[in-house]
Amino acid sequence: MTELKLPSIDYAALSPILIMLGVALLGVLVEAFVPRRHRHLTQLSLALVAVLGALVMVVFNADERLVTIGGAIAVDGPTLFLQGAILVLAAMALLLIGERSVERGGAFVAQAAVTAESADDRRQAEGSNGTTEVYPLTTFAIGGMLIFVAANDLLTMFIALEVFSLPLYLLCALARRRRLLSQEAAMKYFLLGAYASAFFLFGVALVYGFTAGMPNRTAGVDLATVHAAVKDSPASPVLLFAGMALLAIGLLFKAAAAPFHVWTPDVYQGAPTPVTAFMAACTKVAAFGALLRVFHVAFADAAWDFTPILGAVAVLTMLVGAVLAVTQTDIKRLLAYSSIANAGYLLVGVLAPTGEGVAGTMFYLAAYGFSVLAAFAVVTLVRDADGEATHLSRWAGLGRRSPFYAGVFTFILLAFAGIPLTSGFMSKFAVFGPALENGQAWLVVAGVLTSMVLAFPYLRVVVMMWLSEPGDATPTVTVPGGLTATALMIGVVATLVLGVLPAPLLDLATDAATFVR
Amino acid sequence: MSDFPFLSVLTVAPLVGALVVAFLPRRRPELAKQVALGWSLLVLALSVVMWVSFQVGGDRLQFRESYPWIPTWGVSFTFAADGIALVMLMLIAVLVPLVILASWHDAESSKRSVPVYFALLLVLECTMIGVFAAADVFLFYVFFEVMLVPMYFLIGSYGGHQRQYAAVKFFLYSLVGGLFMLAAVIGLWVVGGKTFDWQALTQVDISTGTERWLFLGFFLAFAIKAPFFPFHTWLPDAGGAAPAGAAALLVGVLDKVGTFGILRYCLPLFPEASKWFAPWALALGLIGIIYAALLAVGQSDLKRLVSYTSIAHFGFIGVGIFAFTTQAGTGAVLYMLNHGLATGLLFLVVGMLITRRGSALIKDFGGAGKLVPLLAGVLFFAGLASLALPGTAPFVSEFLVLIGTFTVNKPVAVIATLGIILAAAYVLWMVQRTTQGTLNPELATVEAMRRDLSLREKVVVAPLIALIVLLGFYPKPVTDVINPAVQATMQDVGKSDPAPEVGNVQEASR
Repeated sequence: MTELKLPSIDYAALSPILIMLGVALLGVLVEAFVPRRHRHLTQLSLALVAVLGALVMVVFNADERLVTIGGAIAVDGPTLFLQGAILVLAAMALLLIGERSVERGGAFVAQAAVTAESADDRRQAEGSNGTTEVYPLTTFAIGGMLIFVAANDLLTMFIALEVFSLPLYLLCALARRRRLLSQEAAMKYFLLGAYASAFFLFGVALVYGFTAGMPNRTAGVDLATVHAAVKDSPASPVLLFAGMALLAIGLLFKAAAAPFHVWTPDVYQGAPTPVTAFMAACTKVAAFGALLRVFHVAFADAAWDFTPILGAVAVLTMLVGAVLAVTQTDIKRLLAYSSIANAGYLLVGVLAPTGEGVAGTMFYLAAYGFSVLAAFAVVTLVRDADGEATHLSRWAGLGRRSPFYAGVFTFILLAFAGIPLTSGFMSKFAVFGPALENGQAWLVVAGVLTSMVLAFPYLRVVVMMWLSEPGDATPTVTVPGGLTATALMIGVVATLVLGVLPAPLLDLATDAATFVR
Repeated sequence: MSDFPFLSVLTVAPLVGALVVAFLPRRRPELAKQVALGWSLLVLALSVVMWVSFQVGGDRLQFRESYPWIPTWGVSFTFAADGIALVMLMLIAVLVPLVILASWHDAESSKRSVPVYFALLLVLECTMIGVFAAADVFLFYVFFEVMLVPMYFLIGSYGGHQRQYAAVKFFLYSLVGGLFMLAAVIGLWVVGGKTFDWQALTQVDISTGTERWLFLGFFLAFAIKAPFFPFHTWLPDAGGAAPAGAAALLVGVLDKVGTFGILRYCLPLFPEASKWFAPWALALGLIGIIYAALLAVGQSDLKRLVSYTSIAHFGFIGVGIFAFTTQAGTGAVLYMLNHGLATGLLFLVVGMLITRRGSALIKDFGGAGKLVPLLAGVLFFAGLASLALPGTAPFVSEFLVLIGTFTVNKPVAVIATLGIILAAAYVLWMVQRTTQGTLNPELATVEAMRRDLSLREKVVVAPLIALIVLLGFYPKPVTDVINPAVQATMQDVGKSDPAPEVGNVQEASR
């Protein structure tokens, strides 16, 4: 019997993850033991404190570059940068989730188990407080994302994928209004997500098979072994390509890249808007963090093989996102398609095989996260008696009714369109520059062409808000509570600051762009 | 005095003014107008000081300032102006106060916030100054794109009939060009060794194929902006829908960014490609001259007519640039200035007529000269300047372009000359149908049409008329500033002027 050796564990390096998961468990206990009327405040502050604590630990670890717990977790520049980004964005999302003054009782249903549209349901819609389980669920999801971007072997990555996906499926189903739509969204997301996870797992198995049989090395799915196997495994490359493709499908699903994007509009539309914001910002960071790590660390030497395919996926994603965004009439669906197109631009950054490509992608992720959170924050505010007024025709003349919020939203749309002096422009430059430098002019041209198409739907919203006359159906913008206002302001200010003075964050990303193996 | 950071102060000042104006209380529109006017006059005063301290015959780029911005990408706030940019900056500084004064009551009729209108004008001035003052390609691009935003809202919020359609079309057309340019800018950055500094980039050797693609990226953006045929269709819509003041700035200055960009970026950065594409550019210019002039003849809307005349004029400027002689180049730059003055005046006067009549259709006028003789006279003068009558400034520039072109390319010069005849047709016919002939009885019933130029309007048109006449007789101060810059640009392209031909003289003496 071989002796079991315990791997060494660097608890300090893991502390952000441990804090999030620990507090998530604590949150479950709070649900059990704290009286109902105190729960909301307790849970919200607990979650925020956890996020801030984890953020402090990420900053504290800023110079760590190591692999720990037996090679399962890598703490390096990209990990720390992306964990920091996830935590900051998650804090903003938590503010949106915790808002209870815009809608009485918050955006979440009080009892998800009550049959939708029954008499009981109507009673609870009247204003009973929303469920507080959302906070531990969110905290679990954040914890899972932190592991996901740090995972240094494919199995850990899979577990992290499940840890952050399962809470998200649940969160999607918890909308207070339009519950059938919300439940349908959750169901779709869950079924397709489960599929994608299965693909990922099968890919892991194939890659494991591929790594077998190397001289002087045992088979394994840690990224270093996979990297070595790509160079000199005697196994058939079919295993590698099939495995790589299946892994990519799993990851691209989470990243909402075409043709694995079909869930996105439905889920973004059906989910409670704060959860949509959380997914659009944080899930994107996590998914692309994992994509970066898998393709820049494990499969770096197979770049010649995957670049054309992933490049085609990127072009398709940009096209689908941009073209379908043009036809949308619902603001949340429009933002969903815009998010798909942005996944395409991010893929352009992922495919640039240099540190600059990694830095550009990470900068893009952070910048986009801020903007998209702010955009959804505005969406939560535009409402009438039936909840959010998401149909675009309802936004006509909003600029006259509420010039400030319409102005803020216009600014964010200009950022999405990539107009200079917004973070959107700097991000585009950050990913297109390295791509062109590495001879991928076709991706840049595709990016530029789709940006033109994509400008049209954004512009249409601007026209709606400013140049149309307000009608009777134009809702007013609810004065936001402190939480939403804070999140919105952070998002807008970050969009402006990253557009005017991107140098500090860009330097941070550039310094952090090296992976450990 | 040349140590003073003229260009950055000039760029920032209007923005500060815009913020001040925007936050003035909405209930006090008069105050907002006065502050905006005062601010733009300050900018004008500073520009005059800058003009005086520009050393003719000194360095090509003067007033250079540079501050780091994004070191990772080699981006910096670098400002510098050559003679061409200086002339354009001066044009902006002169036009903006006049436009503000001319638009005194325009915003009130639109039910929208009056202070915001004037704030937008000042923001536009900031971006226009920035785009001409930038000597960093990234910075130039930033201003080039941001410029769209205030103009979009000026057209879309304060414009007339079909303003939404026109604003969106304007924005999308320009954005399309801009994004192609973005790809080229990134490409230039990569081949140029990750710098955006204009001077450093002019030294870079680029392979022929790459150079042509990059040239196309830039040229497309500029050709849409200018606009050259066949990218011109947005201008009549935008010019027709924009409030007269904004239209004067749109056609007078904003579109010059296109021709300026070709001179400052396409030619020096991609000299070989410029020569290779020159025949195509000349052809586009010629088609523009003839085609736009023919369309102008057929227009029934005054503002659209003026827009089409501009497209024809841009054809002349394009021909002047791509003829690659100093004479034609100087003529083209001078044309940019004179066209700004003449068409600016024409737009403003037409705007005054339209405001009085409440309609932009030519058929709603007729014999207006009998009611408002002074206004009709100014319209006639502006028209004559626009068709380049000798004695007005545009004549000098048009003549320079034609003789400069004639020395190297006779057919082009001959075809371009046809444009002059057509110009006479569209201008004189327009003047005749609006102000001459029998008085349209409906016109006489409009109360406002009985008021001739007010003092405010006289103050608006007088400086422009004076400048047009002055530069028509004595363009030397301006040509002295332009000439060295154009010569340097032609050297970048590697074209020297053909030696004067003396063959015929020798033959005669033999």
